[in-house]
Amino acid sequence: MEISIASGKGGTGKTTIATNLAVAIAKMGKKVSYLDCDVEEPNGSIFLKPKITEKFDVTVLIPRVIHDKCNLCGECSAACEYNAIAVLGKTVEVFDSLCHSCGGCLDVCPEDAIEEIPRTIGTISHGDGMGVKFYEGRLNVGEAISPPITKELRKLVNKSNVTIIDAPPGTSCPVIEAINGTNFVILVTEPTPFGLNDLKLAVGMMREIDLPFGVVINRSDIGDNRTDEYCHDEKIDILMKIPFDRKIAEAYSQGDMMLDVDSKYEKSLYELYQNIANRALS
Amino acid sequence: MMELVVISGKGGTGKTSMVGSLASLSRDKVLVDCDVDAADLHLILQNKVQKTTEFIGGKQASIDEDKCTNCGICQDYCRFDAIKNESQSDNEYKERYWIDKHACDGCGVCVRHCPEDAIDFKEVVSGEWYISDTPYGPLAHARLGIAQANSGKLVSELRQQAKQLADQRGLDLILIDGPPGIGCPVIASITGVGYVLIVTEPSMSALHDMERLLKLTVHFRIPTGICINKYDINLALTARIEDFAKEQNVKILGRIPFDPTVTKAQMAGTSIIEHNDNGASNSIKKLWSNLNAEFKEKG
Ligand code: SF4
Ligand code: SF4
Ligand code: SF4
Ligand code: SF4
Repeated sequence: MEISIASGKGGTGKTTIATNLAVAIAKMGKKVSYLDCDVEEPNGSIFLKPKITEKFDVTVLIPRVIHDKCNLCGECSAACEYNAIAVLGKTVEVFDSLCHSCGGCLDVCPEDAIEEIPRTIGTISHGDGMGVKFYEGRLNVGEAISPPITKELRKLVNKSNVTIIDAPPGTSCPVIEAINGTNFVILVTEPTPFGLNDLKLAVGMMREIDLPFGVVINRSDIGDNRTDEYCHDEKIDILMKIPFDRKIAEAYSQGDMMLDVDSKYEKSLYELYQNIANRALS
Repeated sequence: MMELVVISGKGGTGKTSMVGSLASLSRDKVLVDCDVDAADLHLILQNKVQKTTEFIGGKQASIDEDKCTNCGICQDYCRFDAIKNESQSDNEYKERYWIDKHACDGCGVCVRHCPEDAIDFKEVVSGEWYISDTPYGPLAHARLGIAQANSGKLVSELRQQAKQLADQRGLDLILIDGPPGIGCPVIASITGVGYVLIVTEPSMSALHDMERLLKLTVHFRIPTGICINKYDINLALTARIEDFAKEQNVKILGRIPFDPTVTKAQMAGTSIIEHNDNGASNSIKKLWSNLNAEFKEKG
């Protein structure tokens, strides 16, 4: 069972829900994995404080031109859809950070003058924290393309565990890479105009990729009821509302768990899980 | 011409509200919302869309079922696992190949390998961009289609449009609301700008995000300043941010107190500057004058 936590807008409490939900389920005796797929800004480790037992690089293959063999024909650059390889004067340049590792250039080179070498774009680490199996992907600073890390990370999942996926904000390709194929998606929002606007975009995404989903409204009393009305009109289930609690905000700022603020959250998060598990099974 | 981009890493630090406020404080500028995934800036700028243009981000492959013989060759070459197959009918086992449009990266490799010439490879509309009028100046913003991959390209398009507008109208500031993260759209937003303002807040997560953002702006050698929003909700962490900034030789240009009217202003669809004249509003004015001093110094 894989549950992903997403939100159109960042800062709505996605990581708070994801980490606390993971721990709440683990406390009920289930085996739980938490995957931090927000690889551009992974923050789950701040809360779960895992003991990292394994760490490895994520690499992608990028082309290297063997200049002795190259006749500067330019076929490679004509085949590249991303302008990542070009004949410049008497040599062929590869722009590493633009390359999508598609293998197209290598494929068309008539002189067999291109080989591929691995290039590190980030790391994956793995460990245990608060009774949860912890996995994190982290994009190296300066790198542009994150989906290969998320893809690697999701391959590590033990299918028999309950898996909580902390997705990046937004609605574009890195988010899809994180949530595609999961059994249920929780969209975390807050009842403000920005929150609602971004929720609508996230709902559009859910309908496009056709996954079951529901909404959690965080800080549910800071705005107005436009979010409730929208969910009602669109027949979207509101799974949980969490009123603003200064103690949660303080805990968050220190990197502490919401579960430690008040034991009632453990119960309500476990109920959230059961609710989702029932839906996903039916 | 000065291009200022405001970024924050994760979001939730109040970045967009901040940009809205800077917009109402500054004169003669073009505004850009580079968060093409989830654009919000227009919501507090009372925008009127003047022009809508389709954005062609890249190409996509699709299989023409009439020509396809289901040989499966294309699948072997797709490195994005975008070509799927499934058996089609109940009684007779037949494979059918199709391309998952969300997974297709548009590389075109399969197209060259199909022996039947059965794969179409076409440019697709992957979003829209807009030029709006607002009381604070023209705004360039966009909407990237769901599940699209070309956010960096769309960001570059927006910045290009903003520059043209600024040239045409003789405006010398471009104020950019940046996207979340540190990846492709962020890199496209900050490359070549004159100044980056990082909006952070005193939380462990925001501190962590800020450290990564700073590494990024150092990597691209862009002058950078920091603004601590809601600084008074955790003074100990604010002190940590300040120490870190000092270590890195980065200036703290503003400290904005927590002010519930920021959310109220958002509910009312305006910036905090219009909304009231104390608290956060005053501190943002100070931030703005510090920023201007920085622009002068950094050219
Ligand atoms: S296709 Fe091969 S031979 Fe031609 S320019 Fe590229 S690397 Fe050189
Ligand atoms: S591997 Fe693909 S993206 Fe990279 S340079 Fe070659 S053709 Fe371009
Ligand atoms: S265009 Fe590239 S990514 Fe798309 S299906 Fe073909 S090989 Fe795969
Ligand atoms: S290579 Fe061409 S004919 Fe073969 S399965 Fe793919 S699309 Fe069909």
